[in-house]
Amino acid sequence: MSFDHAQPRETLVSVSGLSVHFPIYAGLIRRQVGTVRAVDGVTFDVARGETLGLVGESGCGKSTTGRAILRLVEATSGKILMAGQDIASLGAEPLRRMRPRMQMIFQDPHASLNPRMTVGSIIAEPLTEHGTLRGRARQRRVEELLDAVGLNPDFANRYPHEFSGGQRQRIGIARALALDPDFIVCDEPIAALDVSIQAQVVNLLEELQERLGLTYLFISHDLSMVRHIADRVAVMYLGKIIELATRDALYDAPKHPYTQALLSAVPIPNPRVEATRRHIILKGDVPSPANPPSGCRFRTRCPIAEARCAAEEPAWRKLEDGRHVACHFAT
Amino acid sequence: MNAMRRAWESDLSYSFRHSPITVLAAFMVIVLFAGAILAPLIAPYSPFDPATLNLMNGFTPPMTPNTFTGETFWLGTDDQGRDMFSAILYGMRISLFVGFAAVLLALVLGVVAGLVAGYAGGWVDTIIMRIADVQLTFPSILVAMLIFGIAKGLTPPDMRDQMAIWVLIVSIGLSDWVQFARVVRGATLVERNREYVQAARLIGRSRSAIMFRHVLPNVTSPVLVIATIGLALAIIAEATLSFLGVGAPPTQPSLGTLIRIGQGYLFSGEWWILFFPAVTLLVLALSVNLLGDWLREALNPRLR
Repeated sequence: MSFDHAQPRETLVSVSGLSVHFPIYAGLIRRQVGTVRAVDGVTFDVARGETLGLVGESGCGKSTTGRAILRLVEATSGKILMAGQDIASLGAEPLRRMRPRMQMIFQDPHASLNPRMTVGSIIAEPLTEHGTLRGRARQRRVEELLDAVGLNPDFANRYPHEFSGGQRQRIGIARALALDPDFIVCDEPIAALDVSIQAQVVNLLEELQERLGLTYLFISHDLSMVRHIADRVAVMYLGKIIELATRDALYDAPKHPYTQALLSAVPIPNPRVEATRRHIILKGDVPSPANPPSGCRFRTRCPIAEARCAAEEPAWRKLEDGRHVACHFAT
Repeated sequence: MNAMRRAWESDLSYSFRHSPITVLAAFMVIVLFAGAILAPLIAPYSPFDPATLNLMNGFTPPMTPNTFTGETFWLGTDDQGRDMFSAILYGMRISLFVGFAAVLLALVLGVVAGLVAGYAGGWVDTIIMRIADVQLTFPSILVAMLIFGIAKGLTPPDMRDQMAIWVLIVSIGLSDWVQFARVVRGATLVERNREYVQAARLIGRSRSAIMFRHVLPNVTSPVLVIATIGLALAIIAEATLSFLGVGAPPTQPSLGTLIRIGQGYLFSGEWWILFFPAVTLLVLALSVNLLGDWLREALNPRLR
């Protein structure tokens, strides 16, 4: 399922200048002594029907970005436009009415299902909260959803602990689908699963996208899986997106030195190629988001950094091939 | 049949069957509870009915017949000629009723306060938990006496005897909610960051629905343990208050009131008036406590 470039698609979600800052309190009177810039000025669009991959290492702010778009954490600044409404500034009741259109699939299938509720009532909960379905009709819808994610509809009366990780993730997907959403944030949906199960869940997500016209923001640190599922890919580093390109452009010819380093770390399943390949090993650790470096945030670990990188923050530029990149030297 | 078989084979049942002390405690609890509940059927006399009392029967030692009817007073009588056995059964009824009602009040208050503090966080949390901390610096019996004194001052004198039991319940309940609030708050802080709570927020459920439908069912097992141990403590607190003379009135004697009456005669030879209510209280509180201890260990996955 590749993204069709010839046909311009309608933008479903448009994020601009999104920042999420967490205050740090310390001392006896809980004075604010600093700010963790978990997400710091992120801008991107998601087109209807596409899958946008969001990759980066642990702690770079990719999950926080996903959660801020759904208002699970409050954005410090920025806009999140969906269907002409700014989600970031919606009041409680209008937000509640928008909820059915955007849902999330969580990372840990053991924590994302309430252990004291039956599978049926977990999936029926969004229907009760928003839908008009009652009684028998609601029950039929639950069975339909279980069937859609490849589970036996008779499982509705069982409890989550009776299922395996992959089955639980399917239950989580059924809950996310219950209200016919347009947009689903997949927050590392396969990271907690066994490798043999990962492919099944990804295939299910692709099949559902095709059938229901879903739009995904697919957050992951698994670069191979993102390559498989995403149409376009955004790479985050320390709270900022540093490169955003179509999947093939990004994987075949990464422009930002961080993207190059990341991709060189992905093993190739061919020992001869793997042996001759050049790996870019980054020095040091990711700096603290409470105290990011001046200028370009990647300069402390960048192999091609110059004096200019410390003084001047690189602009978010659009290159000739249509990709965006934030590096002074990318062409 | 299947459900019973599963219950018999469960971990909880296994650890119960393999702890003789717990089985004995459970047996004692059942016997004492049955005695209290069935008191009107079992007790040979009604200790609340002054018409059945005869002062001539006063200070009858145990195993001695009634001067008038020839029936045996198994556990003797007190100064008024009241049958101790009947008085203990009825007294236990009052003690248990006060204990259960006080724990229920403390549980409801504490669980709601703990849920709200833990889920809302911020200044709401600070205010609730500071009140709890301040209350914890006073011994709970002192708090109960304070509340009892205030409530007694507010009720009209002719209603005091009837109100005494309810005042007792409120004062013990209000002095014990902190335990529940602390444990529930702690558990809520863990649960509220779990993904199923975020999923419920995404659905658009209200804060109270999330607190009571999602978080509450997941924080109940420690509450059950505290409630059981709290029951033993509440029974003792009631007995203490009654012993001090601020609890159940002599017209409706609880175990504590009986002990208070009895201690006046201890050194003049009428030991049974004090001894039997005291032993009953001891066995009751100890059995409930042992059950609570077992429950705490059996429900704690880290101790398995």
